[in-house]
This record gives sequence, structure tokens and C-alpha cells, in this order.
Amino acid sequence: MSTPGIGADQRGRRRKGGGSSGTLRKVGDGAANVVIREPGRFFALVLDTFRAMFKLPFQWREFIQQSWFIVSVTVVPTMLVAIPFGGILSLQVGGLIRQLGAQSYTGATAVVAIVREASPLVTSLLVAGAAGSAMCADIGSRKIREEIDAMEVLGINPLHRLVVPRMLACAFVALFLNGLVSVVGLVGGYVFNVMLQDGTPGAYLASFNAIAQLPDLLQAEFKAFVFGITAGLVAAYKGLNAKGGPKGVGDAVNQTVVITFMLLFLENFIISALYFQFVPSKGM
Amino acid sequence: MGVEIRVEGLTKAFGRQVIWQDVSLTIPAGEISVLLGPSGTGKSVFLKTLVGLLKPDRGHIWIGDRDLPNLPEAQLYETRKLFGVLFQDGALFGSMNIFDNIAFPLREHTKKSESEVKRIVLEKMDLVGLIGAEHKLPGEISGGMKKRAGLARALVLDPEILLVDEPDSGLDPVRTAFLNQVFIDLNAQIGATFLIVTHDINTARTVPDNIGLLYQRHLAMFGPREMLLSSEEPVVRQFLNASKIGPIGMSEEKDESELEAEAKMGLDSGMLPPIPPQQMPSNGLVRRGMHAPGAWCAAHGVTPPPGSFIDELGRNWIEEWPRYVASMSAGAGAAAPGGYPPGGGHYPGDMPPGQPGAGARY
Repeated sequence: MSTPGIGADQRGRRRKGGGSSGTLRKVGDGAANVVIREPGRFFALVLDTFRAMFKLPFQWREFIQQSWFIVSVTVVPTMLVAIPFGGILSLQVGGLIRQLGAQSYTGATAVVAIVREASPLVTSLLVAGAAGSAMCADIGSRKIREEIDAMEVLGINPLHRLVVPRMLACAFVALFLNGLVSVVGLVGGYVFNVMLQDGTPGAYLASFNAIAQLPDLLQAEFKAFVFGITAGLVAAYKGLNAKGGPKGVGDAVNQTVVITFMLLFLENFIISALYFQFVPSKGM
Repeated sequence: MGVEIRVEGLTKAFGRQVIWQDVSLTIPAGEISVLLGPSGTGKSVFLKTLVGLLKPDRGHIWIGDRDLPNLPEAQLYETRKLFGVLFQDGALFGSMNIFDNIAFPLREHTKKSESEVKRIVLEKMDLVGLIGAEHKLPGEISGGMKKRAGLARALVLDPEILLVDEPDSGLDPVRTAFLNQVFIDLNAQIGATFLIVTHDINTARTVPDNIGLLYQRHLAMFGPREMLLSSEEPVVRQFLNASKIGPIGMSEEKDESELEAEAKMGLDSGMLPPIPPQQMPSNGLVRRGMHAPGAWCAAHGVTPPPGSFIDELGRNWIEEWPRYVASMSAGAGAAAPGGYPPGGGHYPGDMPPGQPGAGARY
């Protein structure tokens, strides 16, 4: 149970160090914190948030404002990431396909690669990196300005007022981001394939639905939705627990991005694995 | 108006670090109490625990017949409506302008029409002297204005209890004195129970009816102002006189050798400074929680230090008090007699008394 990073961190934070047993205890404390307390508190927040979700009235205004805010910070980067992503898939897969002599399936592979895997992946990058960090910064700065405390004292539940609309806005926008990445990625792939790799437009377009099927898109949208919820919850958790002034907010944002990435990649893997278990591939 | 807060055996720790333990005190209804303590003794934590933002590890907080730490969430939110809290920097919502900030509790918790909301908000803004700043955002106003806006927001639902966290932090002494006058006038007007957490000795000596002192994880003393100001208890004495001489050291408690060296140097004159007269409302009202000057000392056989209860004009308030009360009750509601600019001379004499919020124009 030794986590040197945490031990060092704890030592730095507390001025008065004990002996070696004190250090050991602190390391133990830190490990318990990471393994048990933090996930426990996060889970408690998740439960509270889901409870608050069904409380009326729903904060439509906040939901729409936040959706617009998330759109404004994610759309352009999403497109800019999606174009080269589609391109690189075309380059890589296109080359392989040519070697295998299956040029007529370039379109099919591009669709499968982009819709099934690449677009949820790009969505997760953007949702975690742009939406989650912005949301955590917003909630964290409210926390250190004592706005959250003031809200509670005024008899308003910040989970209901701030977290629920943000989380749902994040999930809602993620659905569209996923669609956007699919479309932009496919267009990018088409352009690269046809213009740079001398593929034929007919081959690219005709095999479009040779392998891909509707459930592929549905699972991608499902992933995007789950990613949005996760990013919103992690951002809210880290933001609501920010402490120690502006640096605390910076730390919280940093941790949000890292934790969200890890969780989203894990979720992506789990959902994909389940999908392949339960949904049969399309027979050719 | 005003609700008593009864705290019993309250203990709070963060991890292994005990913040304070076994704090028991009763904050009397309608009176102004001040909580003092060296930096880092958990005064703000105490305040946050009182409103239920932090959960104590042990103990009870009785607000009427409700025990705050053990209330279910729905009732906790309901009970919080009794409280108005002024946070250190006002804690205004950065995305709303001043007007919307102050109107926020009304819009959330009442079904008042927009014109009614506007009337109440403008009234409270007048009370704290903020008229004209309605459309400014919190980022565009000064620290003092933020505090006053926060105060107006805390007052808008007519709280029974007002908790104030360090009203003097980041304010100059003159503004602090004015803000103190606002608290006293407000207390006279709405009769709520006030608890002010502060470092400011001048505030602690002249404003409250009761003083409490947190020191070394315990409540060193809590009681009427005169009791603490005439106390010989070393910690209380040192803190209330902002003195270097006494058991409180720079970072921790002084050790015995330091104390001995101090005693040898004979720096301590053994005399307590005089007890100043209490600051009084400037709006011609009499505060319910106010006690006659010298009453506690007389009742407990304590001789106040020489020169006590004498204001800057040389008047002895023990003698003036009956006349002041008589003139107040005779002219109740009308202007306060011009001959009695009350308090220790902490606000300008040219300010016409008897006007609500007269002390707020800064």
C-alpha cells in the first residue's frame, strides 16, 4: 500500500512531520484516501445528484445556457480534431486495405472505424478536455468565492440548481458532438481517400453500409451520453471540493481532466466489450 | 423577533486535527454577540457549523426545538431560512448584478410579484447605502460594497438570526466603524440575534452585548461584554487588549520560560484599560438586548477599571443612561435627541440621527 507520490505530497502539506511511523501513517492515510474515501465521496455525490435530478422545477434556463456554453467551447475544437482523425484513419486503414486487395471496402472500414470507435473517442477527449474542465473551473471558482455556501444558506440545493443542469447539458451536447465527429470524420476520410490515395468515390460510397449497421451508431450515441454524464459528475465533484484559493481551482481542473480521461477510456472499453458480446456483427 | 441559539458540547475535527471541542454556549435571542479568537482557531468553521454547512463530530445546536446537526435535509433547508449569513467577501453570485443578487432569495422562496420584490430590494439597498449600484456586477464594485450587498441579501428574508463572518476583513477602520453602526442600527430595527466573528478588538470592545473567545481548541470564555472586559483571565485579558504580554505567542502558546522572562521584565502594569461605553443605535430606537452600562459589574460586585463608561465627550454613561432611556422612550419613533450622539464617538456628529441607515453612507 505504498504510494510514494501521495506520501511526499502529504509531507509537503503538513509542516510538522512526525518520525518514521508518522510518515508511514500519513502514507497509509493517503492511500486510504485515494482508494476508499475519494471514490466513496464521489459515489455519494452521484447518488445525491440523481436524487436531485427528479426534483421539480427543472432548471431549464440553466440547462439551455449551459448547453450553449458547452457547445461554444467544444464545437470548433471537435471539428478540428475530427478532420485529421478521419484523414489518418483513411491513410492507415486505406493502405492496409489496398495491401489486402479489398479496395472496394474502403468506405465500409472507414464507417466502422469512425462511427464505432473514433467518434466516441474524439467526443470523450473533447467532453473531458473542454467541457469538463470549463465546468469544473466554473463550479470551483464559485466554491472558493463561497457562492456555493451562500446558496446553501439561502436554502437552495446547489446540486439541483447547478450540477444537474450542467450534467444533463453535457450529456445532451455530447450526443450531438458524437454525430458531428462522425459526419466530419467521414467527410475528412472521403477527401483523403479520394484525393490523396486515389481511391474511387464510388467504392468509398457504395460500401458505406456493407459492414456498419444501425446499432453501431446507437452504441456510439449511448457512449457519448454516458461520457457526458461522467464528465459532468467528475467536474462537479472536483469543483465542489476545490479548496485553497485560485491554485485549488487550478488543481481541481487538472485532476478533473485526468480523472475524466481515465474514466471515459475505461467506460469506452467496457461498453465496446459488452456491445460485441451482445450485438452480432453484420454478416457479409 | 430573534431566536436563541443553544450550543451543547460541540466538537469538530478534520481528520486527526481537532478544531475545537466541547464548545457549549447560549447566544441570547435578540442580542449581539461577538466571537473572537486568534487566527486559525476555527471561528469561521464554527459559523459554518452553526448554519449546518459543516457537520460537527459531536454535540447539539438547538435552534428553538430543532437540533440542527441531526435534521433531515428537507428540514435543514427549511430551518436555514431563519438565518441570514454575511460571508467574508459577500459571496455574491458573480453572474448576476447586485439587484438580482439581493432579489434572489425573494424570487426563490416567496411568491411575491416583481414590483413587490423591487420595493423590498430597493428598501434593503437603501438600508445599506447601495442605491444606484443596482446594475453593477459584483466584479465591478469595491470590497466594502460587496459586503454591504451581501448584507442586504442576507436581510431580504427578514432573518431571525444574522451570522457575520469577519465584517472588518479588507476594510479600513473608518468603514469598519460605519459597518458596525449598521449592525447596531439593524439589530435595533429587526431585533434578530446577531453573531459576529471578528479579529477586530475595537469592534469587540464597543459593539456587542456578549463576547466569546475561542482559544486552543476550547471556548475560553463566553459572557456579557463587561464580564470579559473586566476579566483577569490571562488569555481573555491579553486578547481583548491586543497585547503581546500574556500566554498567547506568535504561533503557539508561549512556554513557561518565556512567561517567566516576561514577568521579570515587569512589563505588565496589572491595570486593565477602561471599559468603553457601548455603541448605540443611531436611528432613535432602543435595542432590546441592550444592558445598562455597568449593570453586570454592579450585579457581580466587580469594580470596573477606572475611567470606564466615559465617552470621548467626557460623559459618564452610568449617569447618562437613565436620562438617555427616558428621552428615547419619550420621543420613540421621532428623532433621537441631538445632545446624545451615542456610542464612543465612532461616527461623525454631523450625521442626523433618527434616520434609518444614517450610518451607512460611505
